Amino acid sequence: MTKTKRMNALMYVVLIIVSIISVFPLYWMVIASTNKSVDVTRGTLLPGAAFIDNLKSLFAQQPVQRAMFNSFKYAIILTLLALVICSLAGYGFEIYHDKGKDAVMSVLLLAMMVPFVATMVPLFRLFSSAGMLNTTPAVILPTISTPFLIMMFRQSARSFPHDIIEAARIDGLNELQIFFRMFIPTMRSTYAAAMTITFMNAWNNYLWPKVIILDDNSVTMPMLVANLTEGYVTDYGVLMLAVLLCSLPTIIIFFLLQKSFAEGITGAVK
Amino acid sequence: MSQANEPKKKKMSLSRRHNLTGWAFLTPATLMIAVMSFWPMIQAFILSFQVGKANDLRFGGIDNYIRMFQDKVFMKSVGNTFFYLILQVPIMLILALCLAQMLNNKNLRFKGLFRTAIFLPCATSLVSYAIVFRSLFGVDGFINSVLIKLGILNTGYNFLGHATSAKIIIILALVWRWTGYNMVFYLSGLQNIEYSVYEAAKIDGANPLQTFFKITVPLLKPTILLTAIMSTNGTLQLFDESLNLTKGGPANATITMSHYIYNVSFKYVPNFGYAAAMSFLIFILVAVLAFIQMKVGDKRD
Repeated sequence: MTKTKRMNALMYVVLIIVSIISVFPLYWMVIASTNKSVDVTRGTLLPGAAFIDNLKSLFAQQPVQRAMFNSFKYAIILTLLALVICSLAGYGFEIYHDKGKDAVMSVLLLAMMVPFVATMVPLFRLFSSAGMLNTTPAVILPTISTPFLIMMFRQSARSFPHDIIEAARIDGLNELQIFFRMFIPTMRSTYAAAMTITFMNAWNNYLWPKVIILDDNSVTMPMLVANLTEGYVTDYGVLMLAVLLCSLPTIIIFFLLQKSFAEGITGAVK
Repeated sequence: MSQANEPKKKKMSLSRRHNLTGWAFLTPATLMIAVMSFWPMIQAFILSFQVGKANDLRFGGIDNYIRMFQDKVFMKSVGNTFFYLILQVPIMLILALCLAQMLNNKNLRFKGLFRTAIFLPCATSLVSYAIVFRSLFGVDGFINSVLIKLGILNTGYNFLGHATSAKIIIILALVWRWTGYNMVFYLSGLQNIEYSVYEAAKIDGANPLQTFFKITVPLLKPTILLTAIMSTNGTLQLFDESLNLTKGGPANATITMSHYIYNVSFKYVPNFGYAAAMSFLIFILVAVLAFIQMKVGDKRD
C-alpha cells in the first residue's frame, strides 16, 4: 500500500514539474511584455508597469493592425474553404467508396510525403508568372486541401450511420443536402478538431507567406514578429509583446474548442 | 413486363448516380492536391536536372546531384537534421507516452489542468516559441541571469553561440513544443482501450512498468506508428526553428536542410535547379524512413 502511495506521489511530482516547464516560457513571455527591456534581462518574474509603453512602441515601429488583419483574413478564409472541401472529399471517399476511389485515396496519401521546400519553387514561379504575388489566393491555395484533413473526415464518416442516409433519401433529400443537413451537424466535434488544427496551421504558417509575400502591406503576424529580431539591439519587452499578440488568437481558439478538439481527435484515431 | 423492369432499371441508375456523386464530392480536393502538390513535385524533378542562376536555366544532367554531395554546408545540414531526428523524436515520443499513461489514470486528480498545461505549448506559433527560446537562452537572457544569480556562472554563457549547446537548445525547444501534441493522440488511443484491462492487470499484480510495456505499448502501436511517421516527416522538414531560434548559426552548426534550401532559393543568388535537387533528397529520405517505420511496425505483431 505504501508502495502504491509512493508511486502516486511520484506521479504527481512528475506531472507538476512537466506542467511548470510547459507553462513557464509562456508565463515569462507575458511577464516580459509588461516590463522594460532592462528589467527583462535582469531576470524579473513579476509583472511590470511598461505594458502601455511597450504597446505604443510596438505600434509605432510595426504595422501591427495590418498584420493582424491579414493573418486573420488568410487564416479564416483558408479554414472555411479547407473544412468544406476536405470534409466533402472525406465523406465522398467513405460513403460512396469503391475500388477506384480507394485507389485515388492511396495516391493522395502520397502527398503527405511531399516536402514543402520541394514544391515551394515551382509554386512560387507559377504564382509569380500569373501575377499573383502578394495576393490572398496565392497565400492560401497551396494548403487548402490536405490529405491529413481528408483522412480525418473519411475516418469520422465511417461512424456515420447509413440508416440516417437511407432515411434522408426516402424523405427526398438529395445527396448534397444530406451532407450539409445531416453529416455536418452530426460531426460537430470532428469539425471543431479540424477547425482548430487548420486555423492554427494557417495562422502559424511562416515559410510559404515569407516566400510569396514581398510587400509590407500583405505581411502576416509571424512575419512581423520575425522582422523584429532583425535589428542589432533587441527590446525584449516589445518583442515579447509582439510574440504574445501573435500567440493570443491560437491560444484563445484552443481554449474555446479544447473539449471538442479532444473528442474529434478520439474519433479520428479510432 | 415493363412494370417489373422499371424499378430495377431505376435502382441501377440510382446507384450509378450515387457513384458519380461520390466522384463529384472528392474532385475539388483531389484536383487541388494534384495541382498544388503533385504537379510542382514533377516540376521540381525536371528542375533538378537544370543548372544556372534564377530563370536562366539549361540542362545539366545530374550535375546538381553530384554538387549536392560535395557541398560541405549541405552535408552539414543533413547531419544536423539527422542529429535532431535521432535524439528528439524518440525522447519526445517516449515522454508523450509516459505522460499519456499517467493522465489516463482514473484516480488522478486535476487531470484536465495537467492536460491543458502540457498541451498549451502547441497553441503557440512556431515563430513565437522559437523567439521565446532565443530570448530565454540569450547571453543576457533569463536562463543566464538565473545561473549568474545562483553563482553557477560569472558571466552570461553564449548558449546559441556554441555548436553543441545551440543544437541541444533546438532539441529542447522541439520537445517542449510537440510533446503535448503527440500526447493528445496517445490519450485518444488509450480511451479506446477498455479501462477494465488495466484494472485486471492491477489485480493480477502487474507493476506500472509492466502494464506500460505489456498493455499500453502493444495496444497503441498503430497510434505510435502514426506519430513516429508524422514526427519524422516534420523533423526532416524543420525550418522555422533553425531560422528564428539560432539563425542556422554559429557557422551553420545548426542549419537544417529546409533552411539551407530556402537560402539557396531565395536568400543567395537564386539557384532553383540546385535547390530542387536537394529538396528531392528530403522527399526520398521521408519516403524511405516512412517505409522502414511501417515495415518495423508490422513486424512486431
